[in-house]
Amino acid sequence: MTDDKPGPLLEFRDINTHYGAVHILKDVNLAIYPGELVCLLGGNASGKSTTLKTLLGMVTPTTGDVVLDGEIVTGQPTSYRVERGITMVPENRRLFKRLSVLENLQLGAYLRNDKDGIAEDLERIYSMFPRVKERLKQQSGTLSGGEQQMVAMGRALMARPRVLLMDEPSMGLAPALVQTNFELIQQIHESGVAIFMVEQNANMALSIADRGWVLQTGKVVLDDTADALMQNPDLRASYLGDAASH
Amino acid sequence: MTAVAPGPAGMMTSEVLPARSAASQDWNDILKWGAIGAASIAFLALTGMLVVLDPRPVISGALSLGYVAMIWVPLVLGYTTTKQVVLEGMARNEQGAADVVRGALIGALTGAGMSILAVLVNAFDLRDPLVNWSPELLAKLGFDRGLGFGVIAWIVLGAVLGALGASLHLMPARIAKTLGIVVGTILFVSIFEAFLDDLLEGFGLTFLTDFLYASRGGLTIVSTIVLGIAAALFGMFGSGKSAGLTAKLDAMEAPQRKNANMLIWAAGLAALVLLPIFTGKITNELLANVGIFLLLALGLNIVVGLAGILDLGYVAFFAVGGYTVAILTSPNSPGFSPGLPWWVALIVTVFMAVLAGLLIGAPVIRMRGDYLAIVTLGFGEIIRLLALSDWLKGWFGGAQGITNIPPADFGLFEVKGTDPRSVYYLTLFFVLVAIYVSWRLEGSRLGRAWMAVREDESVAEAMGINTVNIKLAAFVVGAVLASFGGAILSAKVGSIFPTSFLILVSVIILVVVIVGGMGNIAGVIAGSVVLIGVLGGPKQPGLLQEFSTFKLLIYGALLVWMMLKRPEGLIPNARRTRELHQEEFLQDAWLKGEIDTDDDDVADAVDTVVDAVDGEASTGGAPA
Repeated sequence: MTDDKPGPLLEFRDINTHYGAVHILKDVNLAIYPGELVCLLGGNASGKSTTLKTLLGMVTPTTGDVVLDGEIVTGQPTSYRVERGITMVPENRRLFKRLSVLENLQLGAYLRNDKDGIAEDLERIYSMFPRVKERLKQQSGTLSGGEQQMVAMGRALMARPRVLLMDEPSMGLAPALVQTNFELIQQIHESGVAIFMVEQNANMALSIADRGWVLQTGKVVLDDTADALMQNPDLRASYLGDAASH
Repeated sequence: MTAVAPGPAGMMTSEVLPARSAASQDWNDILKWGAIGAASIAFLALTGMLVVLDPRPVISGALSLGYVAMIWVPLVLGYTTTKQVVLEGMARNEQGAADVVRGALIGALTGAGMSILAVLVNAFDLRDPLVNWSPELLAKLGFDRGLGFGVIAWIVLGAVLGALGASLHLMPARIAKTLGIVVGTILFVSIFEAFLDDLLEGFGLTFLTDFLYASRGGLTIVSTIVLGIAAALFGMFGSGKSAGLTAKLDAMEAPQRKNANMLIWAAGLAALVLLPIFTGKITNELLANVGIFLLLALGLNIVVGLAGILDLGYVAFFAVGGYTVAILTSPNSPGFSPGLPWWVALIVTVFMAVLAGLLIGAPVIRMRGDYLAIVTLGFGEIIRLLALSDWLKGWFGGAQGITNIPPADFGLFEVKGTDPRSVYYLTLFFVLVAIYVSWRLEGSRLGRAWMAVREDESVAEAMGINTVNIKLAAFVVGAVLASFGGAILSAKVGSIFPTSFLILVSVIILVVVIVGGMGNIAGVIAGSVVLIGVLGGPKQPGLLQEFSTFKLLIYGALLVWMMLKRPEGLIPNARRTRELHQEEFLQDAWLKGEIDTDDDDVADAVDTVVDAVDGEASTGGAPA
């Protein structure tokens, strides 16, 4: 890292995690800087989800530290981290399906007590996603896939995150929606939120990301800028060629 | 020749062909339904209903409850198996003689089930495994006129009733409805004799009782005819007014609607306060029981309905309330008897309930789904077994329990079991508190967090909700409400035994919540009234006292039927209905032409339909 950059917002320092005796993440080091858009690529069972869970505090690492804005938060519960700016958009959106769109958004701001700020953020989300405003009272499970994605992002933004973790944002979306979805991610990114995106669609992810890592069986095997990764022959062979054919 | 018939909601059209000939039948299907009917009716007879309920006349000298409990089978089967499904765009036959023949045949086969049973009972003695395989059953199967008569009579009776059921489809709707009202009125007035007797006496209308009922119970022939004519007149000319009223309510604008709803609630509340003044002991006792179980059900509704924690050991908290009050107030309490007044004991009860909620909740809450259900089931039993144990006999009195619990003394009045009216008012107070608490919690931040945990626990955690604390909170609120129920029970019954807190209590409260409508206050109220009030609680008799032996059978059957036909409960939560019937809404909306294939419009149409359903749900009495 260079000196003119501010310190990392979110950091993994030599993280090792185990499920039972199985070694999942092996000496993983990651750093996300304020306002960055980074992506973590990896196949199935490479440890992507565990990385996210460890970041959020739903899995405790065996060794190593999770550092948020200079503060070690390894032993802190999820709520502590959410309060301090880490929020996740879960895989497949996973809205609270029987609750209304508004209730979903309100739950995103669950830990906040500033009523004015919440109202302000609601307005901000309505202007970002006018479709969401039209559907406020509707049961969220009845929305179309694209709308659900908007609500899921809105819900995460209601927590006023500094880092938004996105678990496979394009999964389960129609091909036409994937493009729109990435535009949305970029839009959120441009509003100043750092984004840590876990994706299988490497082509699409790298096209909007600043930097990326490639995770293979729990190890970071590649760590470079998005452009460099795009050119990387190994990656092209294993991901991009594959992804391009889809 | 072809006519286009408007469907149920005026939206479906299909070509109507002339009726089939009476001989063109789907014989295999008739055999299938006949066999189902025969098995069902024979099963009912073997449960003992026919014999046990026979002494109770419905119409004195003409019809007994035992037979009524049997003969509905061919009638209902005749009706349901000839019901025509109207399919959009598919030609269908006009209903006619063929359907009546079908109904009669299925009815006859059903009746034949009884005939075969009669022959078998006559020929073999299977009394060893089947306790009701008795000479009395044989006598009743022969209508007290011998085997031969019975064998023929059941087949004929079945055929007639099956044909009658089928021909309901052929009659003009109004006549069929009137017939239903007549039969329903006669059965209602007759079966609820004890309750109506009590009610009429309270209003000083004993002459009506004398007219309606025969001296040995049941309607007289004359009163049946008079009642039938009155019901028929009402059915022909009077009905439809109430439907107009609900339509009017539906048409109201939101603020007006809110006022109307408030008015309905206020009127209901006034009725609840005033009713017991006119009713006698039996009814008040019944109302008090409904109230106690409603209190428990409201508590469980928070745990299961809102937070989605399937607690099968809910009775534990009921026991905590009961025993705390018993120990603190009874002079006979074996270990420690401070002889506190009831309301002081109640305050301690709240603390004990919170403590019990935390103690039981803490280990349980970390589990999910099936495991949680099984562990709570265990805790429910543990509490009862502790109360029963020799080890704690010095505190809880073992099997002898704690007796001589004094009435709850409030200075101005006393609440005691011998005065059910006082118990009723005390229960009403706590029920109102519980309803208010549930209602407020539902719309609160805590309520939202509960629902989020119910919907998706991992995501709720990712939103920063401390799922463990939130679930513990649900457990504790539920525990406190249940302990109120136990405290009232102590004062009401005057003694507490471990057998008052069987696992069955947990099960029945859960059934009340599910049948009523999970997650919906109005539904839970309806569930308690219908199940506890009509059928009775685990030990408490309901309006259908005659059926108390078969209470659990009916509970089970009702639960299965509800799960199949109306999984959202009697008065559904609008939210849940949407989930369970989403596809039907979409289809309906599409049929009404409200939807294009465009995605947006689908959502809009769902909106409209869902709003309409919300409206229906809230006329059912849900708080706006």
